[in-house]
Amino acid sequence: MRIIKSSQITKAVERLCAEANYNLPHDVLNAVKKSAAKEKGVAKNILTEIIENAKVASKENIPLCQDTGTANFFINLGSSVKISGADIYKAVNDGVGNSYKKNYLRKSIVSDPLTRKNTCNNTPANIYINIVSGDKIEITFLPKGGGSENASALKMLAPSAGWQGAKDFILSAIKEKGANACPPLIIGVGIGGDFASVGKLAKESLLRKIGSKNKTAFYAKKEKELLEEINNLNIGPMGLGGQATALAVFISVKPCHIASFPVAVSIQCHSNRRKTVLI
Amino acid sequence: MKITKDELIKNINNVQAGDKIYLSGVIYTARDAAHKRIVAALNSGGETPFELNGAAIYYCGPSPARPGSVIGACGPTTSARMDAFTPRILAEGVKILIGKGARSKEVAEAIKKNKAVYLIATGGVAALLSKTVKKANLAAFKDLGPEAVYKLEVENMPLTVAVDANGKNIFNR
Repeated sequence: MRIIKSSQITKAVERLCAEANYNLPHDVLNAVKKSAAKEKGVAKNILTEIIENAKVASKENIPLCQDTGTANFFINLGSSVKISGADIYKAVNDGVGNSYKKNYLRKSIVSDPLTRKNTCNNTPANIYINIVSGDKIEITFLPKGGGSENASALKMLAPSAGWQGAKDFILSAIKEKGANACPPLIIGVGIGGDFASVGKLAKESLLRKIGSKNKTAFYAKKEKELLEEINNLNIGPMGLGGQATALAVFISVKPCHIASFPVAVSIQCHSNRRKTVLI
Repeated sequence: MKITKDELIKNINNVQAGDKIYLSGVIYTARDAAHKRIVAALNSGGETPFELNGAAIYYCGPSPARPGSVIGACGPTTSARMDAFTPRILAEGVKILIGKGARSKEVAEAIKKNKAVYLIATGGVAALLSKTVKKANLAAFKDLGPEAVYKLEVENMPLTVAVDANGKNIFNR
């Protein structure tokens, strides 16, 4: 059993929140650069602004986007780890509260959807914990803005709908709201599980690196097909037309009930900020 | 085209959907909660936080400014969320709306009817846009935190005309 102090987790989370919000991951930046080389006119200008923005943000420690997001954490917790001090949820939330205050990040969480009072420290975070073997904790932070989150969608399809049904649903969600979600987008798709788990599955897909292929050839082909069809919608950067509507499509799949066929699409903006730390 | 806010309002028919402009002058931030309060004030005969007639409204909730900085990151938020309030705001004489993304048919019609314009900034380039803000002062609704109303003085803010005063809309392709 390895003992890890909760204060170590809090400190690591503090750093993650700041660094992820100031720096666009290399894979995302490279994908934007590749798209910029292919586009022309307004689409190219927007992609160039995105590249320029990433430079200014990291150089001057200014958030890439004013919407520094809901704080999402995907944690792989080793079963041979014992956390001393506070529990892991408090440790993470303390790190978020400290960091959002200290590092000039926007506090965007209200305590109740109807009364809408700001919690003033961006907590509570969404914390998803997987227990894995080993004696380490791997924490990945994904701040996600409200604009792109609002464009996300979930549907319980009939099993007979098949791949075509899933694809039609995903494309209609992107057609309807994609222009408002700051394209070029990154699309996380969850298929299977149940109503509660399919949304998480879709969101978790956004952690994959752009350029990576699905582990199965079947779904790698589906990802390619979806990306092509999305980019043929001519939504383009900021919805003003062009090929670069999405930079990547990532599909994750889970077993499900014989009666069910849950599909969720987690739409992410071009500012796909994420960072991982291993303790 | 470089243009001040006052020149743009004076010659509102001179810009067309699709035009790129660099805007200078005073604009006010207001997003969801601020819009709700402004419209509630209008409906009850109360005071609005700034003179709406001839105003430019920017749908933006900036991140906090570092000491020594004028403002934090300050890109546009999704305009469509303000659609329910916008025809009422335009009827009060607001001439310039700034945000990102498409608007409803009703809003596009109200823009044409009131001879206003809807401009868009690139979403998510908030660090870059912060460099165009020369002054920022809290104007109202401090209790709303990131949704408070700020009076901004911008210089050469890069924008695109999305819906012009004749109702031409670049999202209708």
